[in-house]
Amino acid sequence: MREEFEVAVVGAGPAGISAALALAEKGIKVIVFERGEFPGAKNVSGGVLYGHDLGESVPDFIRRECPVERNIVESRVWYLSVDGGFNVSFRDRAFEEGLSFNAFTVGRARFDRWFAGIAEEKGALVVCGTTVTDLLRDDGGRVTGVRTDRSDGDVTARVVLIADGINSALAAKTGFRPEPKPNDVALAVKEVIELPEEVINERFNVEAGHGVTIEILGEITKGMDGVAVIYTNKNSLSLCIGANLFDLMSNTVRPYEMLEEFKAHPMVAPLIKSGRPREYMAHWLAEGGYDTIPHLYGDGYLIAGESGMLFNALHREGSNMAMASGRLAALTIAGALARGDTGSEGLAGYAAALQASYVMKDLKKYRRFNRFLLNHKELFSTLPRLGASAAREMLTVDGISKKEKQTSIRRRIQGAIPLARLARLLWAGARSIG
Amino acid sequence: MNFVCCIKQVPDTAEVKIDPETNTLMRSGVESISNPYDLVALETALILKDKYGGWVTALSMGPPQAEQVLKEAISLGADAAVLLSDRAFAGADTLATSYTLYKAIRNLDLDRPVDIVLCGKQAIDGDTAQVGPGIATRLGFTQFTSVIEIRELNTYDRHITVKRRVEGGFEVVRGPLPTVITVDLGLARPRRASLPGLILSLRAVIDKWDADAVGAEVPKIGLKGSPTWVRRIFSPPLKEGGPVFDARKDPVPAVERFLDTIVADEELISELFKNPGV
Ligand SMILES: Cc1cc2nc3c(=O)[nH]c(=O)nc-3n(C[C@H](O)[C@H](O)[C@H](O)COP(=O)(O)OP(=O)(O)OC[C@H]3O[C@@H](n4cnc5c(N)ncnc54)[C@H](O)[C@@H]3O)c2cc1C
Ligand SMILES: Cc1cc2nc3c(=O)[nH]c(=O)nc-3n(C[C@H](O)[C@H](O)[C@H](O)COP(=O)(O)OP(=O)(O)OC[C@H]3O[C@@H](n4cnc5c(N)ncnc54)[C@H](O)[C@@H]3O)c2cc1C
Repeated sequence: MREEFEVAVVGAGPAGISAALALAEKGIKVIVFERGEFPGAKNVSGGVLYGHDLGESVPDFIRRECPVERNIVESRVWYLSVDGGFNVSFRDRAFEEGLSFNAFTVGRARFDRWFAGIAEEKGALVVCGTTVTDLLRDDGGRVTGVRTDRSDGDVTARVVLIADGINSALAAKTGFRPEPKPNDVALAVKEVIELPEEVINERFNVEAGHGVTIEILGEITKGMDGVAVIYTNKNSLSLCIGANLFDLMSNTVRPYEMLEEFKAHPMVAPLIKSGRPREYMAHWLAEGGYDTIPHLYGDGYLIAGESGMLFNALHREGSNMAMASGRLAALTIAGALARGDTGSEGLAGYAAALQASYVMKDLKKYRRFNRFLLNHKELFSTLPRLGASAAREMLTVDGISKKEKQTSIRRRIQGAIPLARLARLLWAGARSIG
Repeated sequence: MNFVCCIKQVPDTAEVKIDPETNTLMRSGVESISNPYDLVALETALILKDKYGGWVTALSMGPPQAEQVLKEAISLGADAAVLLSDRAFAGADTLATSYTLYKAIRNLDLDRPVDIVLCGKQAIDGDTAQVGPGIATRLGFTQFTSVIEIRELNTYDRHITVKRRVEGGFEVVRGPLPTVITVDLGLARPRRASLPGLILSLRAVIDKWDADAVGAEVPKIGLKGSPTWVRRIFSPPLKEGGPVFDARKDPVPAVERFLDTIVADEELISELFKNPGV
């Protein structure tokens, strides 16, 4: 009665689907389980995807009508105080021409569905509306399949790929991934605000089809370690703000209050003016980085994507790491099946392949970044405030000489933060990303 | 027993937008689901099949995407499914719809005589409740509408006894097979597909019949066969709210007035007494 598959994948996100697609292309019998009514139904609605990683799975993704919202041609970084802030941005013609679709926005509900459709075309079986509740194991503890919440709901598989995202109940239940500590995850809230396409083009100074991302740090997270982002979709904006869970808990700030204040910020309000809120949601993000990554394989199983804490918090890159790890998992599995060894040793190549890829290299490079932010709260309070007051003062024309202004600014900085601390902060910051 | 179950794909929302230019429903961008009444009809067929043995065929008329509702039917346990899909069917009103479904059921009947056709009482988008009776009339079968309980199915004497909802109450009636029944929501609670059922449905290839395969006469199908035309679609004016009994100051007279009011409502009282479960 119980059907046998070569591979069972838990989760139809970017990690699970890219793995299933690669496996199906090799003619491997693979089944994917997704608890949402369709792939993407449960996913945070919008985000930036990267053409490189998607191209590895679907080289002709544009021709195959990937549901792109906007091709990103400009990236902005904002550092905000309560009443204003700094803006650095970069735009290049290359992102419109040769490098187009280097990064682009998608609605995840549509994208995940499209991506899963391609995997299905290649022969993967994608079963939605079905939650994997446990893994099947033999007496030796080796994973032999999955149990789902449907009747007659077990299937056996030679290898199970766990790709169920950050909120992995399965990882917690099996103990394969320790429950992340509040320090190592962020809670983000997100709102999608509808605006006419032309209004977005004008407000962001872009041509039709082109878009902008804004990444934002500063006082908007009320002294907590966190970031906000604004992404342009075709006819909506995704606004997202999040902070470290530990900070949120100790400050008892409600995330939606943070979002409301963010929306009222003088640099944000004009961008969203007269927009219509369409959806709102909250989601976890893996922020702990390299040192929180669990052991990613064992007898009969592998872990890919954010379920394995593979997320680059500094660059907000998660979907690409999910896709890359999913693909590498698939390659490892294919090799293991061919050799007939799907035990821990047979699957060990996965860890090596990840280490050799940009995924682990980047995560290692930024391994201290999360701690750095957590340990330097002035980044989200004193510093943006001082910076803003200095800039305000220098730009105010009031008959006071610039020299006098500089002296008073220097004094104010020294009063607010000891210079030695400031120097250490800069040093630690440079090291954490160096 | 040979069962045929008619399932319509409907938009998954109570607030379907209406195109002001053409006065037709704007269906794009809205998720589609199986008409909830029809899932009750299917569940009923599956329960009867489990009890008396037989074969359940799911039948739907609609665009190619309507295949989805038939896959769902397979996942739940239907043995076969047929999609009636042809541009020529488009724009059908209840007359053309019931004609087309009737022709298809006749085809199935030639293969294997049909005993019971099950329909939803109504579709949640069209809401006319005309298609079931339309099919019954054309087939020359007995019909029971708004059925909320199947009391007895006698496969030897070939008759069925059902309880049905009528204006102000219920009635229990018996009649011979073959029959068409249209079901109300209370009749059964649709099951959740088993995993093997769901997997089977994902792999299933659904039979498609065009107008030729159905054997339909062209003037009777689609827009051509639809004498109904929509003059105007409008939103009905908002109904006034019901009576309010303000119990903030003095609850006793408020409760008394409330009791007087519901006792005066015969329909409500008869519901309460005849069907204590409601
Ligand atoms: C607000 C926010 C904004 C983000 N923006 C970006 C961005 O701009 N760019 C970027 O690259 N990344 C972004 N990320 C991160 C990115 O969303 C994730 O890193 C990425 O989705 C991880 O992919 P995944 O396949 O590992 O997991 P997911 O995409 O989370 O997919 C896991 C899937 O598994 C399913 N599932 C879970 N448990 C079960 C179960 N037991 N049974 C069956 N199915 C199950 C879930 O429903 C889900 O569909 C953002 C994240 C958040 C929260
Ligand atoms: C005034 C009016 C305007 C309309 N406008 C439009 C329009 O703009 N666009 C449009 O597409 N349609 C339109 N229709 C809808 C179309 O005519 C009906 O949906 C169709 O004829 C079925 O009628 P019903 O939905 O009322 O079904 P009902 O008679 O309420 O359905 C009863 C049962 O019949 C069965 N059934 C009904 N239809 C099907 C089917 N297609 N396949 C399988 N079983 C079925 C189901 O079991 C269902 O539960 C309109 C109908 C009316 C009356």
